[in-house]
Amino acid sequence: MSRPLLSLLTFLFLSIICNAFSPENPTDRKVLVLLDDLSVKSSHSLYFQSLQSRGYDLDFKLADDPRVALQRYGQYLYDALILFSPTIESLGGSLNAAAILDFVDSGHDLILAADASASDLIREIATECGVDFDEDQAAMVIDHTSFAVSDTEGDHTLIAGDNFIQSDVILGKEKIKAPVLFKGIGHSVNPANSLVLKVLSASPAAYSANPKSKLSTPPTLTGSAIGLVSVVQARNNARILISGSLSMFSNRFFRSGVQKAGSTINHGRSGNEQFVTEISKWVFHERGHLKAVNVRHHKVGEADEPSIYRINDELEYSLEIYEWSGTSWEPYVADDVQVQFYMMSPYVLKTMSTDQKGIYYTSFKVPDVYGVFQFKVEYEKLGVTSLSLAKQIPVRPFRHNEYERFITAAFPYYGASFSMMGGFFIFSLVYLYHK
Amino acid sequence: MAASSDTVTPSSLRHAFGNVFSLFILILIGVLAFSIRLFSVIKYESVIHEFDPYFNYRVTQFLTKNGIYDFWNWFDDRTWYPLGRVIGGTVYPGLTLTAGTLWWILNSLNIPLSVETVCVFTAPTFSALAAWATYLLTKEVKGTGAGLTAAALLAMVPSYISRSVAGSYDNEAVAIFALIFTFYLYIKTLNTGSLFYATLNALAYFYMVCSWGGYTFIINLIPMHALLCIVTGRYSPRLYIAYAPLVILGTLLAALVPVVGFNAVMTSEHFASFLVFLILNVVGLVYYIKGMLTPKMFKVAVTLVVSAGLIVCCAVVAVLVALVASSPTKGWSGRSLSLLDPTYASKYIPIIASVSEHQPPTWPSYFMDINVLAFLVPAGIIACFLPLTDASSFVILYLVTSVYFSGVMVRLMLVLAPAACIMSGIALSSAFGVFTRSIKFASIGKQDDAGDIGNGVTQNHVVKPDRNEEPPKEKASRKKKKEKENVEKAPTATKKSERRLLMLPMEASVVAILLLVLLGAFYVVHCVWAAAEAYSAPSIVLTSQSHDGLHVFDDFREAYAWLSHNTDVDDKVASWWDYGYQTTAMANRTVIVDNNTWNNTHIATVGTAMSSPEKAAWEIFNSLDVKYVLVVFGGLVGYPSDDINKFLWMVRIGGGVFPHIKEPDYLRDGQYRIDNMATPTMLNCLMYKLSYYRFVETDGKGFDRVRRTEIGKKHFKLTHFEEVFTTHHWMVRIYKLKPPKNRLRGKTKKSKSKPTSTLSKRSATQKKNPWQ
Repeated sequence: MSRPLLSLLTFLFLSIICNAFSPENPTDRKVLVLLDDLSVKSSHSLYFQSLQSRGYDLDFKLADDPRVALQRYGQYLYDALILFSPTIESLGGSLNAAAILDFVDSGHDLILAADASASDLIREIATECGVDFDEDQAAMVIDHTSFAVSDTEGDHTLIAGDNFIQSDVILGKEKIKAPVLFKGIGHSVNPANSLVLKVLSASPAAYSANPKSKLSTPPTLTGSAIGLVSVVQARNNARILISGSLSMFSNRFFRSGVQKAGSTINHGRSGNEQFVTEISKWVFHERGHLKAVNVRHHKVGEADEPSIYRINDELEYSLEIYEWSGTSWEPYVADDVQVQFYMMSPYVLKTMSTDQKGIYYTSFKVPDVYGVFQFKVEYEKLGVTSLSLAKQIPVRPFRHNEYERFITAAFPYYGASFSMMGGFFIFSLVYLYHK
Repeated sequence: MAASSDTVTPSSLRHAFGNVFSLFILILIGVLAFSIRLFSVIKYESVIHEFDPYFNYRVTQFLTKNGIYDFWNWFDDRTWYPLGRVIGGTVYPGLTLTAGTLWWILNSLNIPLSVETVCVFTAPTFSALAAWATYLLTKEVKGTGAGLTAAALLAMVPSYISRSVAGSYDNEAVAIFALIFTFYLYIKTLNTGSLFYATLNALAYFYMVCSWGGYTFIINLIPMHALLCIVTGRYSPRLYIAYAPLVILGTLLAALVPVVGFNAVMTSEHFASFLVFLILNVVGLVYYIKGMLTPKMFKVAVTLVVSAGLIVCCAVVAVLVALVASSPTKGWSGRSLSLLDPTYASKYIPIIASVSEHQPPTWPSYFMDINVLAFLVPAGIIACFLPLTDASSFVILYLVTSVYFSGVMVRLMLVLAPAACIMSGIALSSAFGVFTRSIKFASIGKQDDAGDIGNGVTQNHVVKPDRNEEPPKEKASRKKKKEKENVEKAPTATKKSERRLLMLPMEASVVAILLLVLLGAFYVVHCVWAAAEAYSAPSIVLTSQSHDGLHVFDDFREAYAWLSHNTDVDDKVASWWDYGYQTTAMANRTVIVDNNTWNNTHIATVGTAMSSPEKAAWEIFNSLDVKYVLVVFGGLVGYPSDDINKFLWMVRIGGGVFPHIKEPDYLRDGQYRIDNMATPTMLNCLMYKLSYYRFVETDGKGFDRVRRTEIGKKHFKLTHFEEVFTTHHWMVRIYKLKPPKNRLRGKTKKSKSKPTSTLSKRSATQKKNPWQ
């Protein structure tokens, strides 16, 4: 009895003391930025400024700073981590790969940028998240068809990528017109892994190899299977961005113009700024973060939630879904939210109607089967928080006095039994007293 | 007894004295029956025993809290998740209603006993009632002496004690009383021809139907007896009155019990009674017509009726056969079929065969359970043939059928026990009658006795064999009463000669009486030993006596208490079905399967999960919303009825529904083993892993004390389950299903320092092993 109350109190208390990431206010506030050397702070200042302008509190630290710590006394000090230290072999303080993964597993976000010289540590973190960088340490993504045209001939490792994922949620509503400049290593993701999404893929002609040596064996990673930038949405809805290129975030790439090979259009500015800003918004939960509240169900014509339903009851089910816009909760509008009435398999599967104000509702008849059912909402859509709600509700058979007492079809039987009783009574009278 | 009180003769005085005396004996028998069952409370504590009683206890709690209508309509969502169980419609409510009523009465009288106390003491109370019912039944068959002896024997027969010690709160506790009482009322009706008793009989039958599925025994035995009477030419209106109301009223009443319902008219177990009812009516009609017509006319009528009747009978039989043949099991339920064909269950229904009490008994168990009665029974049968009456033929029939049933299923030994007691009571009483009469005649000499000595109805008691003064008077008034009631009796003329023939030399009689007393004493010693040592263990608390004192293993309650304190109220706990009732009752957690094995598929699902490798098992359990898995493991302390020993049944039951589980995969050359010769399937199945996880840490070798061998695979990690609790003696181990991974790993080379390894190592060392 007191446990929920207590946890509620703690929850309230916590949400007061740390005005940070919370279910009510899911946008990250405090971000730790770990750098190889502090020059990155200035060379990537445009990106950091865009974050700060959106209200993030960035804490820059050297990755091997011995005082760096993610948590103190069991409490995490930060809501998100930006790991711009591709070459670091071991992190400072008590930080290691496991600590960073624990940070993610407790619901915090991570932006990780590797580079051509990515260390084992960075690769390990990426692998644990389901992103496999090319095992060849010296390999880079090379593309001889869609490289960015530059003054010097180069080795075609500066790629103009425009193979984006088709998702407004992740990349924003506004289309990214200019290609994104990318120079770094590629990775592959397991297609069976449903948690990882390639946001920016290489073109079909790309391959991953060491640009400085001749190809002796066919490259292991080729074509559009190469991911350049991927995002992971973990099961606890922590979001991770993994990029094979650190320079993608740099001021130089932000500002430089881009012309894709074979194309005559020369974009004055690359798409990097827009791409990186939009995807950071997604990673830091400014977009696509849903919450479902006020799950309610009751019998048609009643208002209170019963503890048990009877078979063949008519019931109404409703819930509210809101999306976090970065500053406030806005109603989430979709036409594909479904509810299941589930007992080992869905007995009822209905698409819910919405009033455009966040309330989704439907009504249906409880099936003619008793058992312990669940109202299940499993909403998984590209880029948005996966909603998985289950509410257990038992369904009982009729009570002994809820059956129909007199059935028309059975009248012959009633007649038979009552006439039999009467007949027997008369017969007994006659037999006993009529000599 | 309504003795005539017009003249106060010494004999009637002594008769009254005898009645008072037998009343006191009966009270003492009741006290004996009650108190011999209290060993469990004295040696352990006042606690509900075993498995099924916990369910009954939980239902009784519900009944006392919510009233009868809610009980009737109770849909239990905490068991058989997610199917649930309609308790009201699937439970025999007799026991629960009885205990609930007792509790209610006691509370109304301001005796504030807890429900648990009432439940614990229901069985001893009803065994006293059963002893009295035995007295009544045997008295109807062979007189007061036999009745008292039989009652005393039943009060302490080990077979019955095993099911009715204090705390053994199971259906059988009240059902045996109901069974004997129903038989008594049937015999009483048969002897008196009274409609009053016939109605009571139907009501007693109703109580029996409420109490136990074994009521089918009654509804088959009584028709058999009626048929026997008809065939042997013993038809009488009394038989009709005893039988017809029972079938009609009894069937109507039985159909009122929800768990029986339409089964009362639709399953083959009940058809015999209807058929005999039909035959009885035909026979009654024939006798009626015979009384009306002249012998010649009757002959004509017989030929007419027989030819017409045969046609009708054929038609009815054909319809019945067609009806029965249309159902796949020929209208018989699995348990009944396994009674008729003892090999049926082991061939087709592993779930019935898997229960140890459904196995055929061994010879020693007869000696253990009915002891010297086994030797006295034949003598009792002989005594019942001297002379053969309706009542004694019924007792013989009861004995013969119950001997057969007890040979099929060890738990039906319980039905045999009253029959054996009655027979032995008759035998002992007759023997004492003969011997004491011989002594008496030898001592009195030639002096012709005025008393009318009967044919062996003597008042005797095992502990008081020298009461040879009573019988003559007893018999005299009995006879008077019997005559009044128009009961046919062997003519008195034959008795005198019989009496002379039954004379024995005095020395022989004295020695024989001494030997019989010795036999009785041996029986008493055995019964007390059985009650104290063999049958009093509550099985949720185990003890073992070793050189350094008494060890108590209270692991079950430890585990259930852990569950109830550390898990969420709606968490689901999976275990093999044996522990389902206890988990719901003691831990108050939802279970997937329990001891009410109504859904074979669901049990097979759990069996399959237990026999599958970890990942497959995790998926099965996860699909059932299971949070915790509970296994019982006896390898450390040598507790033999653990899950590893039951495991082959899980494989069989699982494989019966999901054919990818194959029993030979778990056996090496047909042998079930868990040592290093075990098959890989066995060593990788969930049950093996959950039982033996970290077991090697106890002694460094992993020596299993039940299987008496070192285990095959000693060092392994669990990937999908984590150990959350292991009881003090490792008898119950509880595991939690790990949640699905938050992230999915990539496939490239494993890193050297795995993040999870440190975690699991930490949790492994957290739990201190008590044996190191």
